[in-house]
This record gives sequence, structure tokens and C-alpha cells, in this order.
Amino acid sequence: MTETQAPPQEALPAERKRFTFSADPRLLGLVGVLVILCLVGQITRPELFFTESNISTILRLAAAIGVVSVGMTFVIISGGIDLSVGSMVGLAGVWLTTLATQSYGPWVMVLCGLAVGLGCGLVNGVLVAYGKVVPFIATLAMYVSARGLAERISGRRTQVVADQDFLAFFRGGFLGIPTLIWLFALVFAVGWVVLNRTTFGRRTYAVGGNAEASRLAGINVKRHLALVYGVAGLCCGIAALMVVARTTAGASTNGMFYELDAIAAVVIGGTLLTGGRGSLIGTLVGVLIFTVLSNIFTLNNLDTDIQNIAKGVIIVLAVLLQFRARKARTGSQ
Amino acid sequence: MAEQPFLGRRGFLLGGAAVGAGALLAGCTGNTPANSESNAPVANAGNNAQPGKPITIGFSAPAADHGWIAAITKNAKAQAQKFSEVKFNATEGTNDVNQQISQVETLINAKVNVLVILPFDGKALTAVGQQAMDAGIPVINLDRVFDTPLAYRTWIGGDNYRMGVNAGNYIAAELKKKNVANPVIGEVAGIDSLPLTQERSKGFKDALGRAGFKVGPRVSAQFTSESGEQQTANLLQGAPKLDALWNHDDDQGIGVNAAIDTAGRKEFIMVGGAGSKNMMNLIKADSSPIKATVLYSPSMASTAVALARLLGQGKGIGDLAEHDIPAEITTYSAVVTKENVDQYLDVGFDS
Repeated sequence: MTETQAPPQEALPAERKRFTFSADPRLLGLVGVLVILCLVGQITRPELFFTESNISTILRLAAAIGVVSVGMTFVIISGGIDLSVGSMVGLAGVWLTTLATQSYGPWVMVLCGLAVGLGCGLVNGVLVAYGKVVPFIATLAMYVSARGLAERISGRRTQVVADQDFLAFFRGGFLGIPTLIWLFALVFAVGWVVLNRTTFGRRTYAVGGNAEASRLAGINVKRHLALVYGVAGLCCGIAALMVVARTTAGASTNGMFYELDAIAAVVIGGTLLTGGRGSLIGTLVGVLIFTVLSNIFTLNNLDTDIQNIAKGVIIVLAVLLQFRARKARTGSQ
Repeated sequence: MAEQPFLGRRGFLLGGAAVGAGALLAGCTGNTPANSESNAPVANAGNNAQPGKPITIGFSAPAADHGWIAAITKNAKAQAQKFSEVKFNATEGTNDVNQQISQVETLINAKVNVLVILPFDGKALTAVGQQAMDAGIPVINLDRVFDTPLAYRTWIGGDNYRMGVNAGNYIAAELKKKNVANPVIGEVAGIDSLPLTQERSKGFKDALGRAGFKVGPRVSAQFTSESGEQQTANLLQGAPKLDALWNHDDDQGIGVNAAIDTAGRKEFIMVGGAGSKNMMNLIKADSSPIKATVLYSPSMASTAVALARLLGQGKGIGDLAEHDIPAEITTYSAVVTKENVDQYLDVGFDS
């Protein structure tokens, strides 16, 4: 927690101004990367890249991992980490598509997915906040056991969704825009408002910036941390609905490696792993960069191995840029 | 730290709600189909059908991490149950090589008459296979092959190269029928680093090459429905017009179909791989692009157990001139289409 060298009061509401995104040079750099990627896409496949269907495909691909990354941003700003997001997506997806759940109809399926996600997230939160288990370990345990439970429930089979109402709603659209994109936008907007315009959001920054100072300032740090992990779990429940809708099936393999993709997106988005600082806009751009990258690679029929190398290079570059920007500002070290 | 009393009224209500929700959720884990019929494929035992001397068959396979392996274990059990004189000793599936080795050792110590082993990793289990053979227990090596023939009495497995060849031949023939010049042929492969994926892709490429065609847009997924959907969504964007698409694996095919459905594309023919019941039903219905699937059927596990019984009882295969069970059997990657799907539905597995 090197960031806690900052005086405690900085962690409190005064901090808020710093996160008005228009002024952040790091974010501008990130947007620059996204623009360059889009240009590459446009130049290499001019007839395809900026078409309505391709943009819609990119956004739908970004939706599930984007929603997970919103939750991850909250957790990381609060000074923690959640390694279990992918497993929670898998477990919620399996749970909401069992034959028993499906027999109750689409509403119960939706509620079940959300409840499983929220429940797992709260278990993480209680372990971290009240059990004093290090977030890395608590969520690592959930990472393993949620995936195991998902395999147990599904018998490692792919559970196809038979409920047509569920599929029609989530695979359909509204005003010509797919439901998944609406949901993604909604989650992002709510997340942004909560993080930047509510006490809950400011407390999240405060707890991540300096937990002890926050406690002295009267914040119920434990309860707040538990709720933050609950938020991440709820986001996973929403993402599980999205993945099930996209693939028309729940499988214990859903959400594989989401934790890595989400952490990568959050980190290149400028959120500090040490907590206390970060922005959801950055996370959004981070998610879009990775999604556009894989879209361009496939549009040009290139091997996925090179894509992974490019992904790694982008992560390192983004973090190095952040480091330089911070050094330039603080002038220390 | 002056916390609130632990169980205030609000806490009590919240707690009650949580317990209620938990109970409701727990009720949602049931997964038994309403009319659960067991329909695993079983080999006809021909002239050898009448019970012979009682034997015990030991069985060890990896954990069922997808539909295909689950079907392998299910089929082996179903086949063993067909024979009244066979005692079937199956170990719990595991993806831990050490554990599988000790499971096989346990079966050797239990002095089973024949062993059927699908190793998680053929190389790693070669030694224990040989150990069983040395102890006088014939080993039937299922699908993933041991390093040396000394470790098995008989190997039975699928043919990845021919899967690709047959998929390619079917697609080439269909396109020739339609007189398509310079067709765009896509491929959704499985995990690229696996030799089986490389063999499938090579067979596909070779077969298309002989017909004067080539593989166009190609992506590799992870054998999961989610990755199949993601990769295919991008692939379809990159290829605004496709003539044919081969998807290596029907488990990931659920996602591939979902992506095709989302994109609203119908202009091409699609061929699957492995032969799941799901795909066979879609082929039969003939209302989506999927027109065929090339088999890599887990029914080989049924055959393996049937062979194990014959080996244990010292019998040969009825219709062959050979007195003994052959040392190697490669199953055929048949192409299942609307015309012949009815005769293959029994080997279709639940994905």
C-alpha cells in the first residue's frame, strides 16, 4: 500500500475532483490507443470494420466482460482484488440453467443468476472484511470452489436453455439495439453514478486510499468492504445472464479466464492495484481495446497467438505510461 | 468498535430472507430430466452374446470435464451392465496423472481380469500400463495412445486426421454439387496447441486441397460453448459471405450455432464434429445451416468394454477369421447427414 503515504484527508471527498476524466492525460493516451486500433481496423478491412453489424458484434462481445470489469473496478479501488469473478460467472450460469430452475420460468432464472452472483460475492466480502482473510486468498478459494460447484451441479455438461422467453428477451433488442448492449450501458451508467456521485462511491475510494483513516473518519470499513465484493458478485450474476443468452447454454466452463481479462482491463484503464484511485471510464476503454483487438485479428484472419503477444505488450505499455505519468506529477523518486 | 447488536430486527429479517433465498436456490440445483431414459449405445454381442465365464473389468478414465468424456464413462458402464457375468470396477475419474496411476495400480492389485484405460496423458500412464501387462492383465488402451505397444494388448481410438478429411470431402462434394467457384470455407478449430486439433486441421486442409479448394477464415476456440460463440461472432464479421464452415467440436458447436443465429446468417452449410445428440437433432430438423457432423464417437468405450470381455474370456470377434482380438482398432469418422442420421442417433452423446 505505497499510496497510503498520501495524507488521509486526500482519501476523503476532496479526492473527487481528481477523477473528472476529461483532464486525465493517462486516459487520453488510452483513448489514443483505442483510436489507433480502430484506424488499423478501418485501414485493413475498410469495407467491414465500421459497419453497424461489426460495431454491434464488438459491443456484444464486450458486454459480459465489461460488466464483470465494472465490479472489478470497485473491488480494486477499494484496495482489494477478486480472482473469483470468472468462476462466479460459471456457477451462476450453471445454476440458472439447471432443469429445475428452467422449470420455474424466465423470472426465476434471472433472479437465480443474480442471487448466486450476489451471494458468492458477499461470501467473499465477509471473508475479507470480517474474517480478515487476504483478498487474494479469499477469492482464490472462491475461484476454485465455485468452479468446482458449477461442475458438480452441471455434471460438466452443457445445459442448453429451452426457455424461449428468456432467449427472446436477452437475445432480442430494443430500438434496434441488442438487449445485451443496453444492459451493458445500464450497468456501466449505474456503476459510474454510484462510484462518482454517491457516498458509497466516495467511501470506496476512501477505504482503498487509507482504510485506517476512513475508519477514524467514521466509515464502517468492514461493512463497506463486504458490500463492495457483493457488488462484484452481482455484476458476475448479470454477466452470467449475458453469457447464457449469447451461447444459449450454461456450462461450467463459462467465464473461463475472466478474472485475468477483467484485471487487465481495469489496470490498463488506470486504476491502481494498490487501491484508492481509478476510473470506470478507463476500465471501459480498457475492455474495448481488448475486444477491438481480437475483432481486428479475426477480421484479418490472423493467428490468435500473435494476438496474445499484442495483448501483453499493450498491458505493459499502459502500466509503464501510468508509472511515468505518476512520477511526473509527484516528482518524487 | 461499538457494533450494532448482532441480531437486531433488521438483521433478523435480512437473515431470514437470506436463509429463505438459500433454500429456494438449493432447490434449483436439480438436473434430472423429467423422463430420464438411459440410451447409451451398446455393442451387439453377436454369437458371443451368451454369458461366458465370470470376469471383472477394471476401468479408469479422466474426469468428465466435457460431454464427450462424460459419455465415455457412461457408455462403458452401460455396456458392462449388458453382461450378467461381468463385474465392472470403475474408478472415480481424475485429471491428476498421479492419482490415475495409483488408481490403475489399485485395480492391478485387486487382480481384475482385464483393464480398460483412457489415460489423461498417454505418455504419463505408459509405465503403469506396462506394469499391468507384466502382471498378466491385458490392457485395452482407449483413444489417447500409450508411448509403446508393450503397454497395451489392444488399442482402440478415433481418427482425428480422417475427421478432417471426411469433413473436407463432404464440404467439397456439396459445393461441387452447387457449382460454387472459389468458395469461402471457414474453420472453427479447437485448442490449437493440441495434436488432435492439428491433425483435424491438416486432414481438412488436405481434403479441400485435393478438390482444389482452400481453407479461408480460421479461428480456434477452446472446446467450450462460450469460446465457440465469441470466436464465431468475429469470424462471421470477417467473412460477410461464407459457403461452408467446419466446426471441430459439437460441444463448442452450441456456441457456434448461437453466434450464427445472432448474426442471422443462413447462406452457408455447416459441418460439426464428434457427433452430439444435439447436433444430430438439428441435422434431422434441417432448419439451420448445420447439415452434417463427422463422428468421433464415444461409443468406442462401449466397444472397448465388449472387447475387454472377449479378451477376458479368451474369445475372438465372431465374424473375423482371426482367432484373437486385433491389436489396434481405429473407429471410422463417418459423416452423419439428414439421410442417415436415424441410424446414428443411438451413438449421439449429450453435450
